[in-house]
Amino acid sequence: MMDNQTVLERLKTRLGDTILESHEFRGELTVVVPKEKIVDVCTLVKNDPELAYDFLSDLCGFDMYTPSKRFGVVYNVLSLRNRHRFRIKIFTDEEDLKVPTVTGVWRAADCAERETFDMFGIVFEGHPDLRRMYMPEDFEYFPLRKDFPLMGIPGSLPLPKK
Amino acid sequence: MGLDRALGDSFLTTKIEDAINWCRKNSLWPMPMGISCCAIEMMAFAGPRFDASRFGSEVLRFSPRQSDVMLVAGTTTYKMAKVVRKIYDQMPDPKWVIAMGACTSSGGMYRTYSVVQGIDQFLPVDVYVAGCPPRPDNLLNALMVLQQKVQRGESRGSAIVRVGEFHPAQPEPVSN
Repeated sequence: MMDNQTVLERLKTRLGDTILESHEFRGELTVVVPKEKIVDVCTLVKNDPELAYDFLSDLCGFDMYTPSKRFGVVYNVLSLRNRHRFRIKIFTDEEDLKVPTVTGVWRAADCAERETFDMFGIVFEGHPDLRRMYMPEDFEYFPLRKDFPLMGIPGSLPLPKK
Repeated sequence: MGLDRALGDSFLTTKIEDAINWCRKNSLWPMPMGISCCAIEMMAFAGPRFDASRFGSEVLRFSPRQSDVMLVAGTTTYKMAKVVRKIYDQMPDPKWVIAMGACTSSGGMYRTYSVVQGIDQFLPVDVYVAGCPPRPDNLLNALMVLQQKVQRGESRGSAIVRVGEFHPAQPEPVSN
C-alpha cells in the first residue's frame, strides 16, 4: 500500500520540474504536467519499480471554455500492486489540439483516446487508428464541446424517411 | 367445432372484412423491439402474471416477417432509428406500431442531440403509451385499444389513439 504523499515525493524526485502543479482533494491526488512530456511521464509511472502504475483505468477529455488552455485530457491510473490511484492532467489550447498518444505505454488507451477524439476533437498524434467511435463518420461536430448546442445541429444526423 | 353445437342448424352472417379483422385482432403477434429498460416491463406483459396470451399476443416473434405489431420499447437514438425503420419495413402488411413509454413517444428525459424526440418522426405510430416505464397493465390497455383499431380496419398511423395518464394541457385521451 502507498499513500498520496509517498507517491508525490517519488514523482518529484524522478520528474523534478516536469510537475507543474499538484493538489489533493478528498484524498485524491492530481498532478499537472506539460502535454509535451506526457509520454515520458506515463512511461515513468508505469515502469518505475516503486510506482508500477500498470493499469490505465480511464482517459477522458474536458472543455473549460476559457480563452487559453481550453481543452485538456485526464489520465486515471491504477497500480494493481500498490493498490493506489492518482490522476495525471494535461492542458491544451484551442488552436493546437494535438496531444501525443499514450497507446505505446498502455494499449488500453486506444479506445479511450478514440472516444475523446470523437467527443472533443482532440487529435492524438501517433494513435494507430484514430477514427470516430460513437458518432457517424461523416459527422462534422464534436458533441461534448461547450459550444455544441444540447439538442444538436438540426439536420446533421439523418433520419429514415417516414 | 364448438360453434356447430352452439348454432345447431342455423348460421351466422358477416362481412368477410369484419371476419378477417376479428381474426387479425385476436392474433396480433408482436415484434419485441426492446431497445432499453421498457423492455423489462414488456417481458412482464408477455409473462404469466399479466399474460398477453389472453389477447392472442403471446407469440413474441423475433422475426419481423412473422409479426403484425411492433412494440418499440425504449430510447431510440439516431443510430438505432435506421435499424428500427429497417425492421419495420420488413414486416408484412397490415402492420401496426405501439410506442411504449416516454422516451419512445417523445424522447422523454433524454432531451439531447443523440436521441430521436419521438419515433413518429420516422414511423407511423398507432398507439402511444404514457409512463416511464409504463406498467404492463397499461401496455395491455394499449393492446386492447389497438385491437379496437384493428377491428375498425385502421392501420398505418391513421386515427392515432393515446392511452394512460396525460397532463391537463394536452388533449384528452380518446374514450374507448
